[in-house]
This record gives sequence, structure tokens and C-alpha cells, in this order.
Amino acid sequence: MILRRIDKKQPSEFKFSKNNLSWAKKQIAKYPQDRQQSAVIPLLYRAQEQEGWVSKPAIEEIAKMLKMAPIRVYEVASFYFMFHLSPVGEKAHIQVCGTTPCMLRGSEKLVEICKKRISKKQKELSSDGKLSWEEVECIGACSNSPVVQVGSDYYEDLSEESFVNLLDKLIDGNPEPGSRKKRFSSEPEGFFKSSKFKIEEKTNASVKLFLEKPFSTDRKK
Amino acid sequence: MLKDKDKIFSNLYGIKEREIDSVISRGHWDNTAKFIKKGSSWIIDEVKKSGLRGRGGAGFPTGLKWSFMPKPNPDKPSYLVVNADESEPGTCKDREILRHEPHTLIEGCLIAGFSMGAHVAYIYVRGEYVRERESLQIAIDEAYSKGFLGKNAAKSGWKFDIYVHHGAGAYICGEETALLESLEGKKGMPRMKPPFPAMAGLYGCPTTVNNVESIAVVPTILRRGASWFSKFGRANNTGTKLFCLSGHVEKPCVVEEEMSIPLKELIEKYAGGVIGGWKNLKAIIPGGSSVPLLPAKLCNDALMDFDWLRENQSGLGTGAVIVMNSDTDIVKAIWRLSKFYNHESCGQCTPCREGTGWMMRLMNRLVTGDANLKEVENLLEITKQVEGHTICALGDAAAWPIQGLFRHFRHEIEDRIKNRITKNIAAE
Amino acid sequence: MENNLRKIIIDDQEVGVNPAMTILQACEHINKEIPRFCYHERLSIAGNCRMCLVEVVGGPPKPMASCALQVKDLRPGPNGEPPVIKTNSKMVKKAREGVMEFLLINHPLDCPICDQGGECDLQDQAIAFGVDFSRYTEPKRAVLDVDLGPLVETHMTRCISCTRCVRFVTEVAGIPEMGQIGRGENSEITSYLGKTLKSELQGNIIDLCPVGALTSKPYAFTARPWELTKTNCIDIMDALGSNIRIDSKGKKIMRILPRNHDGINEEWLSDKSRFIWDGLNKQRLDAPYVRNEEGKLKVSSWSEAFDVILKKINKSSKILALAGDLVSVETLFSTKELIRNLGGRTECRIFNACIPPNDRALYAGTAPITAINDSEIIFIIGSNPRVESPVLNARIRSSWLKGAEVNLIGENSDLTYGYNHLGTNLIELDKIIKNNGKFYKNRKVLIILGQGIFCRTDGYEALEVVKKFKETLSAELISLHVAASRVGAMDLNFVSDSDYKSTVDWSDVILNIGMDEYEIPDDKFVIYQGSHGDRGANRADVILPSCAFSEESGIFMNTEGRPQLSLKACEKIGNARENWAIIRALSEKLDCTLEYNNLDELRKKLFSEYPIFASLDKVKSNSWVKSTKFTKNCLKVDLKNIWSDHYLTNPIARSSNIMATLSKNNKEIYNKKVKS
Repeated sequence: MILRRIDKKQPSEFKFSKNNLSWAKKQIAKYPQDRQQSAVIPLLYRAQEQEGWVSKPAIEEIAKMLKMAPIRVYEVASFYFMFHLSPVGEKAHIQVCGTTPCMLRGSEKLVEICKKRISKKQKELSSDGKLSWEEVECIGACSNSPVVQVGSDYYEDLSEESFVNLLDKLIDGNPEPGSRKKRFSSEPEGFFKSSKFKIEEKTNASVKLFLEKPFSTDRKK
Repeated sequence: MLKDKDKIFSNLYGIKEREIDSVISRGHWDNTAKFIKKGSSWIIDEVKKSGLRGRGGAGFPTGLKWSFMPKPNPDKPSYLVVNADESEPGTCKDREILRHEPHTLIEGCLIAGFSMGAHVAYIYVRGEYVRERESLQIAIDEAYSKGFLGKNAAKSGWKFDIYVHHGAGAYICGEETALLESLEGKKGMPRMKPPFPAMAGLYGCPTTVNNVESIAVVPTILRRGASWFSKFGRANNTGTKLFCLSGHVEKPCVVEEEMSIPLKELIEKYAGGVIGGWKNLKAIIPGGSSVPLLPAKLCNDALMDFDWLRENQSGLGTGAVIVMNSDTDIVKAIWRLSKFYNHESCGQCTPCREGTGWMMRLMNRLVTGDANLKEVENLLEITKQVEGHTICALGDAAAWPIQGLFRHFRHEIEDRIKNRITKNIAAE
Repeated sequence: MENNLRKIIIDDQEVGVNPAMTILQACEHINKEIPRFCYHERLSIAGNCRMCLVEVVGGPPKPMASCALQVKDLRPGPNGEPPVIKTNSKMVKKAREGVMEFLLINHPLDCPICDQGGECDLQDQAIAFGVDFSRYTEPKRAVLDVDLGPLVETHMTRCISCTRCVRFVTEVAGIPEMGQIGRGENSEITSYLGKTLKSELQGNIIDLCPVGALTSKPYAFTARPWELTKTNCIDIMDALGSNIRIDSKGKKIMRILPRNHDGINEEWLSDKSRFIWDGLNKQRLDAPYVRNEEGKLKVSSWSEAFDVILKKINKSSKILALAGDLVSVETLFSTKELIRNLGGRTECRIFNACIPPNDRALYAGTAPITAINDSEIIFIIGSNPRVESPVLNARIRSSWLKGAEVNLIGENSDLTYGYNHLGTNLIELDKIIKNNGKFYKNRKVLIILGQGIFCRTDGYEALEVVKKFKETLSAELISLHVAASRVGAMDLNFVSDSDYKSTVDWSDVILNIGMDEYEIPDDKFVIYQGSHGDRGANRADVILPSCAFSEESGIFMNTEGRPQLSLKACEKIGNARENWAIIRALSEKLDCTLEYNNLDELRKKLFSEYPIFASLDKVKSNSWVKSTKFTKNCLKVDLKNIWSDHYLTNPIARSSNIMATLSKNNKEIYNKKVKS
């Protein structure tokens, strides 16, 4: 692990979209008066969802909105590893969970595929700029391992084949997240084959939200 | 085996309809005001009687924790903060509650919040759980529209608001004071204790931080009675519990079971057994990455509860069972955890900041066998130099898996080094 | 009070301490040394270095950080026995060795080329509490250096992440411009994305840094601490009288460091005071000069210079002595005696400064600087303390952090803390006087009175408003001067009977003792006595080169009226002479010889005539002179701060390259107006 530094090439400005700005104001209202600093992580994350990464102008704009010193916002942006301080793949940034539970079920092979298919080094863009990847620590879906996260969504129960397939689909479109073994959620595989279970919902809650709203914010194209 | 009717999380996997009317029809939010009208000491007593111990890892009695909260003071409001920063490797139980059973948590927040005099709860969801956070928010919005939250929450006369907050990728924020720092908009660096959060927590106000599961089971405990809950499991280890099974099992899963269930039964009944059969088992980490592993021979009789596991130099932790069969390079499996802790150390205090990296690098060389026997001894000493010397428990958590490895598999490490040496000599 | 003490046992020694104390403080109380890196008594507690671990007997089975644990949090034994702390047990020893080893594994062992060598906490504590071998065989971490500007040099690979610097700039300096980014072993202390530091107090992080990560850029690689001669001096860059130590090697000043004085500068020092020393070696007047017929200043000998003066001064000369900002009490005392013998006048209230002589409670205040600490309400009138005395400003900030309300009357500027801006003139004060101070009843009110009030043509009127205001609120008063010499000069009654302009007009010969800030009319014969070739020397007809403050011993009366003795740190330059000696020699030439032959004799006379200067380091309480009526006219006049550029306020500062750089870099700060 090396220190994540903010990209050398920076945009000249950052502005929240109209929707995101009104959303941000609602976030700030969640916290007591003069505690607006509490909203720094949600705002930074929303900025990242909008732009793909957290830039210096975004840090400064958020600092202004929350009456914080820019260094305090930068500290936060560099401390929390979900914040990308440099641009990521245009179509997808693939976060492969590599911690022991996933490793035991084959995440190393997924990493190998990333190295081959995307870029040798983590956080480097693929040659066409469409994809990037990194190995992340446990993302909390261990009973569906190995698992990768792309944006808001988890792709679970992956095999080498299904992962290669996923990469292809991520370039072309927006593949449905969830288990690649046709599990509903985290039940034992095949659990619901028994007739005593009546499956009332079409998908689990995470997948359902994806189907309703693939992107959660105004994302820049 | 826990009967379906005794499962608190009857829609854990989300197959049943999840919108609020269906949730209500399954018995949630049924006259919640009734419990609140009985008063906070009744609630705390019931929770104490149920024997519920915190489900986030440390196993501190939940009712007792609530009783530490001081009397309400208008200048310093009390806060309930729910720790939904589920990040302990191997653990994925709260995720299911957040997305499929959010109303158990929301109702639990109202009851718990009331019992400690809090009008506001913040639920801190780990940043990666974006969809889970959205599900929870939808459920909260539903609860508001039904009047279960707000000025007169569930017609109890108690004003109660719940806000969802989120992190952005830092394991350390699962530590309660780091979580509070993060919730205040800072880096998640643990605070020193004392003062404890019950005295000075969020914004310097009295605060109780509870795990998702600890709060989510409370409505059912009150509905069905403390004695119903406490009949499960062994004394001092009561109740039902969500277990996460991962690693080398046929069918990894999350499942609700009785506390003190034999580990073997848990794995064989739900997870379809160890890949290659029970005989193929090498070791199990029974409570998430921070607890020392159990070698196969101890797993035969292991009971999944706080006391048995502690007596056997491990711990129940979050109830996350990571199974490793004989194909596993056990040194590497633990090295990967060392890498995890190195990655997640916040960098605040010296022993953890410097020690996790050193331990990881030494472990790395043990994996390749590129170390000498003296270094094996050094590594063990270094773990002890980190353990107990840090501000928070991350230092301990980084040390224990390695200590567990040494306790049970030292021969394997030493063999590897000796092998490499002899091979080298042979090659020359 | 006795009853409030809590008994604890530290290493078998029973001691009663205030329960609010930390264990570390309790140990210090009985002279038990507890090693530490992150703990600093004037900063918030971080508890991150883990070096101060001690054993709490009967407590958790692990050592506890003594810097963060309060005595009141210790539990008594089962039968009510006092809690037991061990600072030398096996557990503690092992813990310290462990922490020490961790601190050193990634610390470069480059002590031979490190400026901190010889005065390094890490070095010292490694020897005292560490082990003599290393087990670390992995590659060491390297960290990129940060550009913090012209004062603080960085070697970040040496950083042990104690965060003292971050806490200082955030808490004391009040400019959150440093932070720790990233996390874990790769976290780094840095400023915000390539920004250099802007604080006027940044030099203090060099002292605070327990290792060689932050060192002094101007001092870099010039000396080792053990080669330096250390002299206790008093800073004269402002009127605060910060206690300093001048470190010199041979004739040369190598650096200036603060000395602790709880009542004045605590242990801080402003950058202007700390980094001024290059100005002491530049632009120096090292020989007498005389202006020749062509109007050019030419080097001369002392006797030539004196001869020129002698020719110019006769019985009918109207001679006026002016006191500059940096002059010692002894210099002024001897000057005053000389001028008295010559029938001339003296004046220290340069350029219309309105300071009533004999009203010491007004010009030296009614309260010591420490009164800022426990004030509940502070009124700053006609001053920008951040510019005029950054260290005092930090004290105001610390009071504000503890909850004090600050009100500013005068020019609006960024003071590093929040304040209510009550206008730029005295109308608000008048309103408060009129409503009888009803919002401030029974509150501890402190007035900090700046030069904006003293230095205006209707100053005496305006002062009456302030006096009335003070009386209305039963407030305490601190007068914040900017000239280190001013209060001492006032105490010597170094004033004339009429105002500045008419006094100057009256004179035909001016003996200018280091006054460089204001023009002198063309028709005067000017003798300039000073150390630097600055504005005053330029205007002079005769220049008498004198020692700078570092080259002679002298007493300075600071802004609160505290006399302090500054010692001679190094030898004089060239042909320059000590200030008092020049006056003494001049008196002999002018046939009115002063009766002392050395500084001791001078001081003896001084003390007998002005005993106040003899009570070194004491702040005398002054009796209040009641206010008199004022007219409304003065209320509407805007208050103007005396300094706009913090860094170039005197000849020494103007001779310093470092100050010139700082002035250039920080132009925008002082021009920035803030919303109140």
C-alpha cells in the first residue's frame, strides 16, 4: 500500500449539479446546528459519484460549503479509501475483494484476470481508458465470495468464467449485479429449491434497487 | 436446529415481500408504543434479563450498556448510534438485516433510543453498502409515512428521528470512537478512553453505540419475552445469532441459529459441510478475522458461543466462521489478514502504525519461507509488542491471528523455513 | 484545597495531587521522568506516541498512556487504598522498549547529518529507554519532503507522526494549514496541497518537533547545539518582551530561540523575533559617518564625528532627543541626563502619539498579560494584535477557544479567531457607556488598547472615552504598544511638555536615538545614533554607530510594564560602541560629563532615581486616574492600526532578507478583510 496522492492533472472547477446540490443541503440538515462538518463524507462521495473521482476543486468547494479548512477535507478524502483521488475507468472501476474469505474462494484468480485484461498495476486505466481495477479489503459479502464491487453494486459468487464475462459486459453496458450462481441472496446454494419456500420478491433488495435506478446520482458522461 | 418460528429474522434472505405493509403483517411494528409506555427501566431490565450480549464482537451485555447512559439533559442530548460499519473480514450478517429486515432495526432503534433518552439515532452504514443503505433509507421513509418515526413515533408520545450516515472505506470506523469521529466529519481515528461514549460521545454528548444485530433483535425480545430469548444457548451465552459461513464450505451462507450451537453442526447442516469432508478440515477462524484460529482437532467439539471460544483462546467475535480445508496455505491465509490490518491501520499510534507493516512483511517472508528461525521468534515478540499498547483494539486484532497461527501451526512455519534451507543447500 | 487532593502511589511514593491532573503530570510533580513525544503541555492531548505508558496496578492487564489518563479516573483498591502507578516495572520497561523500537524501525539513522542531532528527543529517549540493537531487516519507509516556505525545512522521512505541528498550527496559531493525510504507515504530515505556511508563529513547530523532521531553514547545517554559546535575552521586535535565547558561535548569532515565560510568551516566539538574526549582520553601521560639504556621508573616526557635533552644539542650541522603538532603558536614561545638562528636550511619543505622562495605569495598563487567560469578554480597541504581537494574539485566541467573547473596535481583519466587530470608531463604546454596560455586568472584562487610539491627533480625547468605558465596565486594561522602548521611556518621563510637532519645530539639533520610522524636517541638524543604516541614518548629518540589542546588556520595560534584563550575546561590530557609552563619551565632549563610568554605575543611579526598573520581572499595579469629560467629536473618527506589514517594522527587520521574503509572501493576508 502506498500513500494515495491526488492527481497531478486537476480540473479547473467543480460544481455540484442542481439535484446534487439540493441533496447536499438535505444531508447537512441531518446534523445539529454548527455540526455541518458531519456531512463531509456523504458530500465527497456524492462529488465522486458525479465526477468519477474527488478532485482538488471538489475538495475546496466542499470545504467552503461545510466551513471547513481545505486540509481537513483533504485529510478525510485521503483517509477513506473509497475516495478516488485520480480518475478511474470511464465505464467501470472494478474493486476486487482480496481479503482471506474471498482469497480462499479464488479472488487471486480474479486479480490475475484484471492484470491481464485491464492493466498490470492497480488504479491504472486500461489502454482504452474504459476500465480500471484495484484490490480492496473485505467488502462484507463473504458468504457470496469471491465478490467484486463496481460503483454501487456487488457482483457475487464469481468464477473465472463469470468474471471474464462480467468484464465484457461492463464495457458494453450495465450488467445486473448479484450472485453469479443464481442464489437469491446469502442463503445456502439451492436452499429455496424446497417447495416449502414461497419466493414473493423477484430479486433481493440490492439487485432490485439496481434495476430501478442503475445510477444513484447525476453521473457525468 | 433453530425452528423457523423462533427465527427473529424471518425474511433474512429477502424472499418475502419487503414493503412495509407486508412487514407489518408479519408482526413487526405491532403496538410498539406498548413497550415504550412501560418505561425505559422496564425495557432495559428485559434486555438485561434476556442475556443479550453485543453482537458486534466484544460481547458486552447490551442492557447494561444502555443503563450507563446519564439522565437526559437538554444541553447535551443523548444519541443512539448504530454501528452498521460491518467490516470484520468474514462478516456479512448486518448487510442482510439492512437490506432485507430493516424494520427490525428501525423499530429496535426507537425502543433502544427511548430507553436511553435519545431522540435521535444515527445509523452509520459502511460506505461500500450503497444498495443496503438505500434499502434502509426506503424503509425509514416508509416508517415515517406510517408515523412510526417522527414527532410522536408509533404513537408512543416519544419524538424520534433516525438518520442514515455512511462511511467511505475504513475498517477502523467499526471501532466505536473512530465511528463517532467519522460521524463528526473527521478521519476515523479512535479516541482515547476514558471518557467513554456514554459520558462524552457524539458531539461530546452521551452516546451509546450498538451493533445492528444487537438493536434489531430487541423488538422481538420484548414481544416474545426475555425468557423466550434466554432459553436459547448456554447460560451467559443466550439467544439466537446470525452466523456467516465462508471459505472452504460447500455452500457458504448467512444463517440465524441458536447460540452455543456446535460449530460442526453449523457447518454441516447449513453450509453443506467442509469442501472435501470434515476430515479435510485444517482450521477455522470462528469469529471474524480478529480472533485466533482453531485447528481442526479443536473444531470437533467447538461450541459457537462467547465462553467456549474464549476458553479455547479464540472468540465468538461477530460470528463469522471462516473455514479452511487442507488445501489451504494457512500461513498465507493469515498473512492476508496481516495485510488487511496493515491496510486498515489508521496510523494514529505508534505500535499499530509501525507494527502492522512489520508483521505483514515478516509474515510475507514466512509465506515464501524466506526467513530464518530467529525471525519466527521475533515475529511472535512483535505481536506482543503491539498487543495491549495501542489506543484501540486494532493492534490486538492484528496480533491475535498471528499468535493463533503460531499456537497451532508453528511446526508448519518452521518446516517451511527448514525445507527451503535444505533445498537451497541441495541445489548448490 | 488540601481536601481536594487525591492520594496516589507512584513507585512506592505516596503523593497527593489534584484529581484533574494526568498521571504524567502527577509523575512530573514528584520529579519522575516520563518519556513522551506527542504530549505537550500547551497542546491538546493526542496520546498517539504511546511512549508514556505506565502500569496501573489492579487496572487492565496492559499499560496505560499516562498523558491521557486523569488521576480521577483511577479506581481505588478493594479496601479503598490509593491507586498504585508503576513507572519502572517490567511491564513498563518492556512497553517503552517496544514503542521505541517501533519508532526507530522506519526512522532513518542519519543523526550525523541531522540538524536535530544533539537536541533530539528521539535520540535522547532512545538512549534512555530503548535497546541497543535492532531486529528490523525490512526496507525503511521514505517520505517526500514538503515545501513549507522559507522558514521551516522538512525531512519528512524522519517524522514520527506525533502531530504536535498539526495541533500547534490548528490550536495555537489558529490557521489550520497542516494535517496528516492518508492513513496507516503511509500517512504523512503535510500542508494543504503544496501550500506554504502563512502563520506568523510557524517557527514554533521547529521547536515542537521532537525529531529532525521540521528544522530551521535559515539555521540549516550551520552549527551543532553544543558549539553554541547561549545567552538569555529579551526580544524587542514588538513590545511584548518575549524571553529569548540567542545562540551564537564566536561573533556570529546562529539562531534565536524562545525561553519559557508563563506570563509573557509561554514558550512561543513569533517568526519575526525568531528569524531576525540575519538582519543583525546586515546593513550595519560599523563606523561613524559625517556628512561632507557635498552632502555625502563619509566614514570618519569617532573623534572627527564628535568634533563635528561639538562645532554644531553650543549654549544656545535647542537640542531634542528622540527615542526610537528598540532602545534600552539605560540608553534613554543616560540620554535624558545628557539632554537635561544641555537644557534640551526629550520625546519618545514619536509622531503625535498621545500618551499622558504619569498616567501609568493607562499606558502600562492595570493588568498583566496573563489577565487575558481568564477574561470572559475582551475588547480590542484600535489594534490588530495578530500583526502587532502574534504571541499575545495566540493568548487571546486560546482564551477565545475557552469561551471568551472577543469584540473588536477598529479595522476589520483576520485575527485567527472569531469576534464581534463593533464598528471602526468609538460610537459603540459610547453606547455601552450610555446604557451603563448593562450587558457586561459581573463579567470579567478586559480591554486591549492599541496604538489606533494613542496615535491620532485627538488621542487624548479618545483616551478619555476608553477610560470612561473602562470605568463603566469595571474592566481591566492592557495597553498594547508596538515599540519595545515605549513603556520604559514613558516611565523615564522621556517626554516634552508640548506636542511632538511643536517640539520638533522648536528644535534645531536632533539627537536621534534609533528613530527610523518617521521623517525629520530638513532644517534640523541630525545626529543619528543607531545600529543599522536605515531611514534614520540616511537623514543624518552625523552617524554614531551603536550596538544592536544583542550586543549589549539592557533593560526593557514591556507593554504590561514588566522590566526585564537582556544580556549581551555577542561582540559589537566594527567601530560601533555600546549606546550608553556613546552618550557618556558625548557628554564628556560636551563638557557635561555624566558621572558613571560603567553600566553598573549607570544602573545604580537609574535604580535610585527610578526604582521601578530595579524590580526585574515584576509587574507593578498602577493606580487609576479617573477619566474626565470628553467631547463627542472624537467618537466618529475611524481607528487606524499602526502597522500594516508585520514583517518590516524596524531597521533590523528591514535589513533581514528573511523578513523581506515573508513580507512579500504574506502581502495578501493583512489586506484581507473578513466578515465579522
